[in-house]
This record gives sequence, C-alpha cells and structure tokens, in this order.
Amino acid sequence: MSAAALPRMRYVWIVGVFAALVVMLALGLRLDPSKVPSPLIGKEAPRFELPRLQEPRKTFSDKEMLGKVWLLNVWASWCVSCRDEHPVLVEYAKREDVPIYGLDYKDKRADALAWLRDFGDPYRLSAFDADGRVGINFGVYGVPETYLIDKRGIIRYKRIGPVTPELMDRKIVPMMRELARE
Amino acid sequence: MIPEIGQFALSLALAVALAQSILPLVGAARGIPGWIALARPAAQVQFALLALAFVCLTYAFVTNDFSVAYVAMHSNSTLPLVYRMASVWGGHRGSMLLWTLLLGAWMVAVTLFSAHLPEEMVARVLGVMGIVSAGFLAFIVFTSDPFARLFPVPPNGQDLNPLLQDPGMVVHPPMLYMGYVGFSVAFAFAIAALLSGRLDAAWARWSRPWTLAAWMFLTLGIALGSAWSYYVLGWGGWWFWDPVENASFMPWLAGTALIHSLAVTEKRGSFRSWTVLLAICAFALSLLGTFLVRSGILTSVHAFAVDPRRGVFILILFAALVGSSLLLFAVRTARIGLGGSFAVVSRESSLLANNVLLSVAAASVLLGTLYPLALDALGAGKISVGPPYFDAVFVPLMAPAVFLMGVGPLARWKRASLPELAVLLRWALAVSVLCGALLPLLLGRWSPLIGLGLALAAWVVASSVVTLRDRVRHAGSAAGAWARLRSTPRSWYGMMIAHLGIAVFIAGVTVVKGYETQKDVRMQAGDTVELSGYTFRLIGVSKVQGPNYTATQAQMQITRHGRTVTTLYPQRRVYTVQHMPTINAAIDEGLMRHLYVTLGDPLNATTWVVRVQYKPLVSWIWLGCLVMALGGLLSATDRRYRVAATMRRAASSEVAVTQAGAAR
Amino acid sequence: MSRLLVLLCALMVSAAAWAREAPPAAADPAIEARMMALASQLRCLVCQNESLAASNADLAADLREEIREMMRQGKSDRQVIAYLVARYGDFVLYRPPLMLSTVLLWFGPLLLLLAGAFALFRRIRRRNAAPGPDLSAADRARAAQLLEVSRDAEAS
Repeated sequence: MSAAALPRMRYVWIVGVFAALVVMLALGLRLDPSKVPSPLIGKEAPRFELPRLQEPRKTFSDKEMLGKVWLLNVWASWCVSCRDEHPVLVEYAKREDVPIYGLDYKDKRADALAWLRDFGDPYRLSAFDADGRVGINFGVYGVPETYLIDKRGIIRYKRIGPVTPELMDRKIVPMMRELARE
Repeated sequence: MIPEIGQFALSLALAVALAQSILPLVGAARGIPGWIALARPAAQVQFALLALAFVCLTYAFVTNDFSVAYVAMHSNSTLPLVYRMASVWGGHRGSMLLWTLLLGAWMVAVTLFSAHLPEEMVARVLGVMGIVSAGFLAFIVFTSDPFARLFPVPPNGQDLNPLLQDPGMVVHPPMLYMGYVGFSVAFAFAIAALLSGRLDAAWARWSRPWTLAAWMFLTLGIALGSAWSYYVLGWGGWWFWDPVENASFMPWLAGTALIHSLAVTEKRGSFRSWTVLLAICAFALSLLGTFLVRSGILTSVHAFAVDPRRGVFILILFAALVGSSLLLFAVRTARIGLGGSFAVVSRESSLLANNVLLSVAAASVLLGTLYPLALDALGAGKISVGPPYFDAVFVPLMAPAVFLMGVGPLARWKRASLPELAVLLRWALAVSVLCGALLPLLLGRWSPLIGLGLALAAWVVASSVVTLRDRVRHAGSAAGAWARLRSTPRSWYGMMIAHLGIAVFIAGVTVVKGYETQKDVRMQAGDTVELSGYTFRLIGVSKVQGPNYTATQAQMQITRHGRTVTTLYPQRRVYTVQHMPTINAAIDEGLMRHLYVTLGDPLNATTWVVRVQYKPLVSWIWLGCLVMALGGLLSATDRRYRVAATMRRAASSEVAVTQAGAAR
Repeated sequence: MSRLLVLLCALMVSAAAWAREAPPAAADPAIEARMMALASQLRCLVCQNESLAASNADLAADLREEIREMMRQGKSDRQVIAYLVARYGDFVLYRPPLMLSTVLLWFGPLLLLLAGAFALFRRIRRRNAAPGPDLSAADRARAAQLLEVSRDAEAS
C-alpha cells in the first residue's frame, strides 16, 4: 500500500459510523415512539372481578373465562377513536369463534349504555371499571386497547389503538383459531 | 396574489441557490474568475428573494388570509397582532422558511465581512452554504410549501397553540435558529479548506469570529428557551433533557469545543484536522437536531406536527450533506494534528483536554437521546432515558472541564510548569474548597453536590482573579498595569467574561437545585401560607376576560416581615378557539430569588389549591448565559480579526521593500 | 338593635382580620413529598415526554393516587417501581435500569472518555518524539527580527 493511500484509510471509519447512524435513524422512522409495548404478553392476565355494565348486581371475573379463547376490548363512551373501531368489532362479534368482552374504562354507566345503544353492542358482556384500577393492572394507558387471552388466562397479544379489519383477518382471528386448538 | 409571489420567490431562490452552489465551486476548482465572482451577488440576490417570500408570508398572517392553509392552521383573527406575526414560525413550514431566511442572512454577512479573504475562498464558502440552502429550499418547495392554498376557505383559523402565545415565541426561535444556522458558516469554511487543500492557521483565524458569533446566538437562544419554558409551563422547571432541548444543546457543546480548538489551531497551527472535523460535527449536530424535531422519531412537548415523508427528506438531506463532508474529510485529511509539538502540561493540552471532555459530553447526550430509538429499532425493548441519566453522566464530565477553565488561561503555550501553576493557584484552590465546604452551611444545608457546585463556581472566579493579576504582574507601576490592560486584546476579556458567565450559571443551578422549596396548600380567601420568610395571602379569586381567552385569576399578596413585597395574579386560562386550558404562573422576579405562584384546581366554590415556590438564584442561570454570550460577542469583535488583513498587507509590503533594499 | 349591629360588624371585621394558615393540599405531606420525588423520575405514558409529577393527564393523576395508596400501605420506592414496571415495562422509568441491553448506555460515556484521553495522550507523546525542524543561522536572525517587530503589535 502506497504512503499516499495510507492516510486515506485512516479516517474512513468515521464515515462508517455515520452510515450506521443514518441506517438506524431510517429504521426509526418506521417506528412509533409513543407506543408502549406490554410487558404482560406471555404472562397471566391480571385477576379481576368487576360488576357488569348491563347487570350491575352480577359480577364478571377472569376466572369465568378459563378454558376459552377470548378478546378483551377496553373502551369508553368518551373515547373518540373507539368509534372508529366499533363497527369492526360489531361485524366480527357475529362470528362464533370471536368472543369479544368489553372493559368499560373510567366511564359513567348511563353514558356507556347510551353509547352501546347508539353504536351497537358487540360484547358478550362488558365489565364496568369505574375507577380504572383494573385498567392499570392491565397496563392500559390509551383507550381503545384489545387483549387476546388464551384458555389458560395468558395474554398472548395486545393491540394498542383501534382494530382494523386487516388486523383481525391477518393476525387476531388466525391466532384465536390456533389457540382454540390447544 | 401575495402568497403566489412568495411561492414564486421561493422557487427562484432555489434556482439561485443551485447556481450559487455549482458555479462558484466549479469556478474555484478550475480557476474561472467570472464564476468565482458570481458567489457574492448570488448570495445577496438569494437573500433578497427569501426576504420577499418571508414578507409575503407575514403579510398573509397579518391580514388574516385564511385561504393559505398554513395561516389557517396556526392563526386566528382574535390573535393579537404581535402573535400573528410570530405565528409565521409557529409551525413546521414557516419555521423552515425562517431557517432558510436566516441562512440567507448569514450568507449576506459573509459577503459583507470577507473583504480580507481570498476570492476563491469566499467563493467556496458561499458555494457550500449555497448547497445547504438549496437542499433546504428544495425541502420547502417540494414538501413544506407555506403558501399552499386551502379550498374551501375557512371563516377563521385554528389559532396558535396557547402555550406559544407569549413574548418568548417572538424571540426564542429566531435567536435559536441564528445559532443553528450560524454554524453552517464554520462548516462552510471547513469544507472550503478541505476542498482547496489550504488547511492552515490562517483558516482558523478566519473561521473564529464566525464561530463565536454563531455560538453567541445559540447560547442566547437556548437560554431564552429555558427561561420561556420556566414561566410558561407552570411547574417551575427550566431544563428537562427533552430530546428537542438536547437537539439544541449538542451543537452548543460541539461549538464550545470548536471555539477552543480554533484557538489552538490559530495560535499554534496544531490539530487542524481535528478542528475541521469538529466544525463539520457542530453543523451536523444542528442538522441532526432539525431532523429529530421534525421527523416524529422522538416524542417531545416541543416537537412539530409530523409527516413521515418529511422525515425521509430531511434524513436524506442530512445523510448527503454530512456523509459527503465526512468522506471529503477522510480523503483529504492527512494525519490529525500536524504542527508544533507541546508538552503534556501546556495550554494546548488543557485546551484539548477541554475538547475531549466537551466532545464526550456531546456524544453522551447524543447517546442518551438516541439510545431508546436504537433499542427499539433493533427490537431489543423499549426504554426511556431522562434527567436521571443525563444528570448522572453530565456533571462528572463537566466538573473537570470547569476545573481546567481555571488552569488553562494561566498555562503557557507549548510547555507549562506544573509547580509554577500550583503556586499561582494555591490560594484560589483554598478559597474554592472553603466556599464549597462552608457556604452551603450558611445557606441552610450541606450536600456533596452543592459543595461541588459552589466550589467550582468559586474556583472559576478565584482563578480569574489570579489570571488577571498575573497579566499585570510585571507591570511595575499602576500606570504600567493600566497600559498592560488596555493593550490586552478584546478576545482575552471575552474569554474571561464568558468563563465568569459559567461561574454565575453554575452558582445559579447549584443554589436553586439545592435550596428551592415549595408548598401545596388549600386556600380560601383570606388564608395565608408561609414559605422561606415570605407570607402569601390569597385576597380573592375572580373571572377575567382576555382578548382570546377567559381566565380565573387569583390575587395573591406577598409580604415579608410585615411589609408588602408585591401582589401576584396567577391565572388559569381557557382559550376560546382551541378550548385549551393553560396554567399561567405569576412570578415575582428578583435577582436573588423568584417567588413562583400557580393556581391549581378548585376544590369547591370557595377553596382553591395553590402552589407557592421559592427559588433562590434561579435568574442567575439565565444571567450566566447572558454573560457568556457577552463574552462571545467581545471575542468575536476583536480588532485582530479585522486588522489582521491590513497588518498582513503592511507587513508583506514592508518585507518586500526590505528585500528590495537588501538586494540592491 | 344597634348594639347587635355593632357586634355583628365587629365579628365580621375580626373574621376578616383572622388570617387562617392554609392547610396543606395533600392529606399526608410526608407521603406526598415522597410520592412527588418518585413521580418526577417516572414517565407519564400518555404525554409527549413529561414526568408523572408534572403531568396533568388523567392517567397520571390516577397513577399518582395509586402510588400514594401504596406508600400509605408501607410499600418502599423499589416496590412501587416494580409494580409500575410489571404493568408498563421499563418505558415508565426515566432512569433506565442497568441490564444487558443498557450496558453500553451507562458505560458508554466513560469508555468514550477513556478512549479520548488515551488518543490525546498518544498524540502528544508521538509528536514530542518526532524531532523538531532545524533552523539555519539566517532563519534564526530573521526570526529574531520578526519577534522585535511583532512585540509591539500584539500583547499576548
């Protein structure tokens, strides 16, 4: 290697480091910095026992759902983006293999019932989480959120934000089918 | 009509920028005087066009032209005039135009203050700035057109974010951008030097005033931002290590390192390549900051509303500009640091140690800011990096740098004597240690961090006194001393004052963090609360109507030892257009302490939650920054930079005459 | 009647003059202080980068109440942090925990500093090892003359 070429090589590594930085930034552009991934995936869903929205004297507990594969959808009448996903839920709830249960988060009973009347009720039933404690246990931070829970009560998937038909078809429904076979 | 003129002016400016970048650079490389001479007029024309575009946009805002989409997004007819004008840079598009306008202003400044530079150097500098400008103008014209029209025309606009309806909005962005953009001049000088192969001490001398000026603006811009968030966000904090704040702080750290590195290169001709690399990095960090803030890649209260397409464009621009600069550097640079040798203990080594510390600090801030992104991109989890990390990392890096600030000015060039320095500074050291040990006890309580902070501040002051005395040491008489001081270059005073500014800053930060207190209380009319010797009394709460908001206002009377200090009026506002509630703190600003009062939630019809805070020496934080900036100004306007050319011409003609005489 | 009026007036005046020391907003100021200190190191999950202490969001208020509750029950700071991390992940901590994936974060600055110091040291030593240029007698004379000339112009 000639003497002239040698100095040229010396600081090329700086360009290499810079290229790596740019690649990382480019990858970062596809990510959403505000999404908080759930640490509960693969872990048992938190225990809860809450009054039912429509029948306040009865309760709904996670124990009732053992042995079933089900979706828990966190919603509220004051949540604007919930309206976007609601028609999707109503549509998919008609299927036998997609049981959807609701968690009414920090809501008022009257408002919630009116909302379901207006927009449809896809839920087998809704639990009423008035103070949001159960929501905190699930790690809810932005409504709507949807949890896929398997037969043993373990959370297998969490969707942050409204569900879309593509998501249902490509991810959620196939997952539910597979888990039902276990 | 007017917006279309603005749009046309922008497109024209892009064309001029392209001409300004290609022709002078090719001309300088090939030695074509006509193309070289194009640089100055092109820059001036470009600035005129940018100014025209800016005036058109301002006109649209002032006349409430809501057919322009950008105006409709950020303004409203009820918005007071001064904020309508500040709204021009209230969103992404207009602030990009401001950025480019200020770049044009710096270009014009280069055309005006470069009479002593060789023409081909000026051509290269302006050519590089032209490339940067072309890149940003392309970005504006193709993705962020501020003049885009909106159909149907809304009856009124969406109003400026209430948090921005504040005098801070009028001064902070322009000042900050002057700093960001100003580093492009140092960058351009560096690239010009690499392109021409002329990397010598003269280049450092030319670059230095520009770097100092940009640094001064950035210092002021960051200080204004900090002060503004202090009184507008309502909780009394002034620095959060937020990604956008870090985006402005990193270029500042690199710029500070650059100033010191330029001193070594200018005086001794050493470490030229390192200085060039730093110049590239300082501007690269400015560009990175622009990317981070506008791409949506990081969450921040300060971030602009984002469009991923824009993020891609800025990333490409950033990668192209910085990547090609670094490639040029790698190819054109011989080994870093040819030039005179110097001892391990010398002024050069203390300046370079300062460089190492500041560079590592900048790199650490970058590391902390981008680390969550890196982990997320690699699928390795999601973390947050906040003040606990940055405080833990930054203080240990800065403490030695501050210590060196006292040693450096006293050390001799090339070889300094450690025993001699120790003797000179022993009293300064003793005073500092004493201050660190005893002052906190006088102020209330002692803790290691408070002790360290006060000791460092005292050290800077004490060592500055020693340096001053050392300067006049051999003067003999008072008249001689005075003569000595008068003949001392302005930049020396600039250095001393800037360093003192840091001492003031450190004192402010240390005392406020160590001794601030607050109380949250439930108050009814007539209740009082006592804090640090002040008595706060709630006189009453009433409703107030503003130009575009309604407010609940409390009247708080503050007394001390029975005498009235002031009456404050904290508010909770709801802005009519965006229905956004804001908390407007009321502050009694004194040099030695601030009293900060915020009105909280109403508990019932007669009881309110009130928070009162006592913040000793908090204004010293921004006062210190002001003093630093003053130091920068003094250094930038040193006569040496201006008379250097005339002197050199005189000296060279003298030498020519002598040689001619000797030859005869 | 007039005496009653006077009495009434006197009572009102004295009530106005009797300034009450405002009670603290929190039920338990000690717990409150501890909670706020901890909350300032935690992230508000729904905000654009604000601490749990400073945020006005509903979820932030709920979480602050949860923390108060836990502290009243006697839980330590570490237990509160564990509770939140179990639900929201490490994202909620502003002080990133030291684990395998953050080793580079926490030790990076130190490593960079050592590398920089080492590089600087090596450069200085290497430069000092190289011999300086030799001056001829003519050059020395010229240098002396120039030093005479420039002494008056520059005072450094």
